[in-house]
Amino acid sequence: MSTQSILGLFQQPEPAADAMDGLKEAGFELGTFDVLTGTPYPEGAFGEHVPQHRLFRYPAFGAIIGFTLAVFLTSVTQLAYPMVTGGKPILSIFAMLIIMYEMTMLAGVIATVVGIVIESRLPNMKPGIYDTRITEGWIGVVVTFDDDSKVADAEGVLNKAGALEIKHA
Amino acid sequence: MQQRRELDQVYTNRKLLNGQLDTPKWWLPTVVILGFVVLIGLAVIATMINKGLGVTGLARPVYWGLFITTFVFWVGISHAGIMISAILRLTQAEWRRPVTRAAELLTVFSLLTALVFPLIHAGRPWRIAYWIMPYDVARGIYPNIRSPLIMDPVAISTYLTGSTLFLYIALLPDLGNLRDRTTGWKNAMYTVLSLGWRGNPRQWKMQTVGGILLSALMLPIFVSVHSIVSWDFAIASAVEGWHSTIFAPYFVIGAVHSGVSAVVTMMALMRWLWKWDDFIRPEHFDALARLLIVVATGWLGFTFLELTFALYGQDAPEIALREMQMFQWPWNMLFIIFFLTAYAIPVPMWLFKRVRTNIALMFWTSILVNVGMWLERFLIIVPGLARRTPFVYTWEAYRPSPVEWTIFIWSFAWVTFLMLLFSKFFPLVPLFEQKESQVFTDDVMIGRAKVPAIVREAD
Repeated sequence: MSTQSILGLFQQPEPAADAMDGLKEAGFELGTFDVLTGTPYPEGAFGEHVPQHRLFRYPAFGAIIGFTLAVFLTSVTQLAYPMVTGGKPILSIFAMLIIMYEMTMLAGVIATVVGIVIESRLPNMKPGIYDTRITEGWIGVVVTFDDDSKVADAEGVLNKAGALEIKHA
Repeated sequence: MQQRRELDQVYTNRKLLNGQLDTPKWWLPTVVILGFVVLIGLAVIATMINKGLGVTGLARPVYWGLFITTFVFWVGISHAGIMISAILRLTQAEWRRPVTRAAELLTVFSLLTALVFPLIHAGRPWRIAYWIMPYDVARGIYPNIRSPLIMDPVAISTYLTGSTLFLYIALLPDLGNLRDRTTGWKNAMYTVLSLGWRGNPRQWKMQTVGGILLSALMLPIFVSVHSIVSWDFAIASAVEGWHSTIFAPYFVIGAVHSGVSAVVTMMALMRWLWKWDDFIRPEHFDALARLLIVVATGWLGFTFLELTFALYGQDAPEIALREMQMFQWPWNMLFIIFFLTAYAIPVPMWLFKRVRTNIALMFWTSILVNVGMWLERFLIIVPGLARRTPFVYTWEAYRPSPVEWTIFIWSFAWVTFLMLLFSKFFPLVPLFEQKESQVFTDDVMIGRAKVPAIVREAD
C-alpha cells in the first residue's frame, strides 16, 4: 500500500472552504488534507486546522546560548590577557555588556530563523503534489491517504465542492 | 490614504517579476558601466593597499577623513531597512508593502559597503584579523573588548547577519513563485533556494509570526548599531566635537533620516525603471514624506541640542571648534550646504501634498537629504581633528586625494551594481505582500461613500 495524494484546484476561496468542510464531514482525519495558496489568507478562512507551533521558544533558547557564550568570551579573554588600566578591575562590566547584548541578540535571531524553517517543515525537497497555478491565485486542496479505497471519496467531495481540476500523484 | 486598486495575481506576477523573467533593455548597459566603475574602484583600492595610505590626503592630525565619513554614511543608510520593514510590519502599516524588500536590501548592501571602509582605512587590511579576532593562542593576545573598535565590528556583523537572514526568510514565498515561473537551471536554483515552499497555512503562519518576531528582535539591534558607531567618536575624550553624551540617539535618528530618504530615492528609481506605477504609487511617497518630516525635525532637535550642550559648558576649545565649523572657510560653506540640504530645503517642501505626491520632486529632495547627511558626518569627523591646537605643529589642512574620491564614488557604484544584480534574480517588491493586500482589502459603503477597508486579524 503506497501513500497517494490528490489535489483539487479552485479559483475562489468559498468552494475551497466547502471542500475542506466536506472532507471533514466525510471522515478524513485532520492532517490528511491541507490547503495551498499563493498568498496568506486570514486564519481559518478555509476552516483549516489552525497549526500549533513552538516558534516563541527558539529566540529564548538562542538568546540563552548567545549570552552564555558572550559571558565566556568577554571574561575569559580579559582574564587570559590581564591589562590593568588606571587601576580599574580587569573585568570591564560595561564594555562586556555591549558585547553580551550583541551576541545574545545575534544568537536569538539565528535561532528564530532556524525555528521558522523547522516549524514551516522546511526544507522539503520532495514537497509532493502541487500545481504552479497556485502562485497565480488558484487554491489547492490536497488530500493524502494510505488507503486507496478513499481516493474516490475524496474526489467526490472535491468535485461536489466545485473543483475545476483534480490532479493525482 | 490607502487607495484600493484591484490587481489580479497573474498581472502582479507578470509585472513584478519582469526583472527576473525578462531583461529590461537598460539593465545590461547599466550593469556593464557600473561594473567598469567598480573595477576601477577595486584597482584604486588595490593600489592604495600596495602603496600605503600616503596616497590619501590623510595625515596627522586628520587621520580620519573621507573613508570614515563614508563608513558612517553607509551605516546610516543601512538603517532604512529595519526602520521601514520592522516598525511598519509591527504596526501593520498597509503602505509598507511595496517598500519593505527594497529597504531590507539597502540595509544588507550598504552594510557590506560600509564594512569595506574601516578595512581599507587600516592600511594593511590583512592585519584586521589581528585587530578584530586576535585569538593568538601562542602569545595569549585577545581582543580588547573595552574598545569601541571591537564593539563596532561585533555590532555590525550582528546587524548584517540578522538583516540578511530576515531578507531571506521574507523571500521564501517569492522564491517559490519564481520556481513556478521558470525552467532549466533557474528552476533548479529557485527550487533549492525556496526549500520546497508550498504555501500551506503552517508556512504562511510562520511567515507572519516569524516576520513579527524577527522585526521585534532586529529593532533593538538597529538602535545599538549606530549607537556603537557613535561611540567610536564619543569615547574619544581628547577630540572636541566628538566627546558628546548625546551622540548615540543623535546618530540613530540621523541614520533614520538618511536611510528613509535613500528608500525614497530607490522607490522612485524602481517605479521609473521597472514601470511599477501600479504598485509604487504617489500615496506611498506621501506616507514616507510625512514620516520624514517627523524624523527630520526630531533630528534637527538633536542637532540643536548637540550644539547647545557644546556651548553651554563654556569650554574654550569646544567654542573655538564650533566657531570654526560654522564661521571659518571652507567649513562655513559646508555647514550652510549641510543645513540647507538636510533640512531647510526638503522639509518645508514636504509640507505640501503636491510635493509629497510628486515623484520627481521626492526623488530630488531625498537626494538632497543624503548630500546633507554625508556633509553632517564630514563636519562631525574632520573639523574636530583639523582644528589647530597648541603644541601641535602639524597644521596641514586635510584635502581628500583623488584616490579617496575615487573610492567614495566606487562605493555608490558598488551598492547600485549589487542592487541591479540582485534585481536580475530576485524580486525587489514582495509579491506575496502585494497579493495579501488584495485579499485583506475590500471596499465598504459608509453612508453614500465607498471607502477601502483593510481586514486585520485579531492577534
